[in-house]
Amino acid sequence: MLNVGQLNEGFVLDHIEAGKSMQIYDNLGLGKLDCCVAIIKNARSNKMGKKDIIKIEGGLDLVDLDVLGFIDHTITVNIIKDGEIVEKKRLSLPKRITNVIKCKNPRCITSIEQELDHVFILTDEDKQIYRCMYCEEKYSK
Amino acid sequence: MKHLLNPLDLSIKEMDELLNLADDIASDPKKYSHCCTGKKLATLFYEPSTRTRLSFEAAMINLGGSVLGFSSADSSSAAKGESVSDTIRVISCYADICAMRHPKEGAPMVAAGKSRIPVINAGDGGHQHPTQTLTDLMTIRSLRGSLGNLTIGLCGDLKFGRTVHSLIHSLIRYDNVKFVLISPKELRVPDYIREDVLNEHNIEYKEVENLEDVMPDLDILYMTRVQKERFFNEEEYLRMKDFYILDAKKMELAKPDMYVLHPLPRVNEISVEVDDDPRAAYFTQAQNGVYVRMALILKLLDIDTSDL
Repeated sequence: MLNVGQLNEGFVLDHIEAGKSMQIYDNLGLGKLDCCVAIIKNARSNKMGKKDIIKIEGGLDLVDLDVLGFIDHTITVNIIKDGEIVEKKRLSLPKRITNVIKCKNPRCITSIEQELDHVFILTDEDKQIYRCMYCEEKYSK
Repeated sequence: MKHLLNPLDLSIKEMDELLNLADDIASDPKKYSHCCTGKKLATLFYEPSTRTRLSFEAAMINLGGSVLGFSSADSSSAAKGESVSDTIRVISCYADICAMRHPKEGAPMVAAGKSRIPVINAGDGGHQHPTQTLTDLMTIRSLRGSLGNLTIGLCGDLKFGRTVHSLIHSLIRYDNVKFVLISPKELRVPDYIREDVLNEHNIEYKEVENLEDVMPDLDILYMTRVQKERFFNEEEYLRMKDFYILDAKKMELAKPDMYVLHPLPRVNEISVEVDDDPRAAYFTQAQNGVYVRMALILKLLDIDTSDL
């Protein structure tokens, strides 16, 4: 595998579905970070065949794990200290997400009041269904 | 502070208490005529509604209180671009409780988040209309003695008809309630009602297009109007509006104790000849709407009526 420098302190987002890393890069706002961020696309994976990986230097507080969990809760987060993996974090679907997706219901109050947060609540974990907090419009993943 | 945004904001116990109070008000409205002296109800109606607004106003006046408000967005500061959040902050300074109708779904929830006074959702788009549901529940309970063990037919616009959605949500909490959903294909209940409410709670229901076929099975027939304002397309509306018309002939197919409810206003979906049938309960329902709103105002304002 291509070696993109070893992280000393930071975290690795592993097992990203191949091709999805740029979406995650955008959704997590990684372009705004000052620290070192590496994207590896189409890395070989025994489990997935191909996968994407993102390496980020710095503390875990740099990213919103709820947003990441919403995008793909099967991603593994490896926390690196002194060059070693010290913890593997499993993500879950967040109960509530704010301003990640927008309500598309033209009758929703968010369609006319621009300053309102777009808040979605997880109403069915098995079916991965979120509903707009205001109008209950469904968002299926 | 409590608001009423969704009929499910009330537990079954709270609902029973509220309906008991409404029944008591119905039996002797004068007893409650000074309970809200000095209190003000603001009616914030961003879209026209004669009945619901007047019903709220009548309720507050019957309790000895007074009312203020507006009856269309054009005559409010919304026309100047004021947000719901700002409006409710201001209204909180003027009134003790408010009833809000808004064409956009979720607007009363936004208001409740910023309000210093109880907010009652008086209808938000095609979403919820909890006080109509309270009215419907009070009427069904008074006609049948309880809210369980019944087969209810819901007929007409089940897609945009918010009264229907609220009623289904509320009735599934009672034992042995079966639904017969009567509508054209285009106006069937939304997916979330079918999947997350009826299927999720293993509620017995069927969806049919023909009203006559199911008339003999029903204990309650809840008719609805096809609402022009919910359609983006005039042609679609014209095609749907005459789909169901309840007349004396169809009533002959029904049980002798099957009652007809309608949230009103009706257009032509119930023929006027049905009005004289003793099973036509929609005007009683309108009267109950005032009593149940009186009860709701008393509860939300936390006014003690135990000494009356």
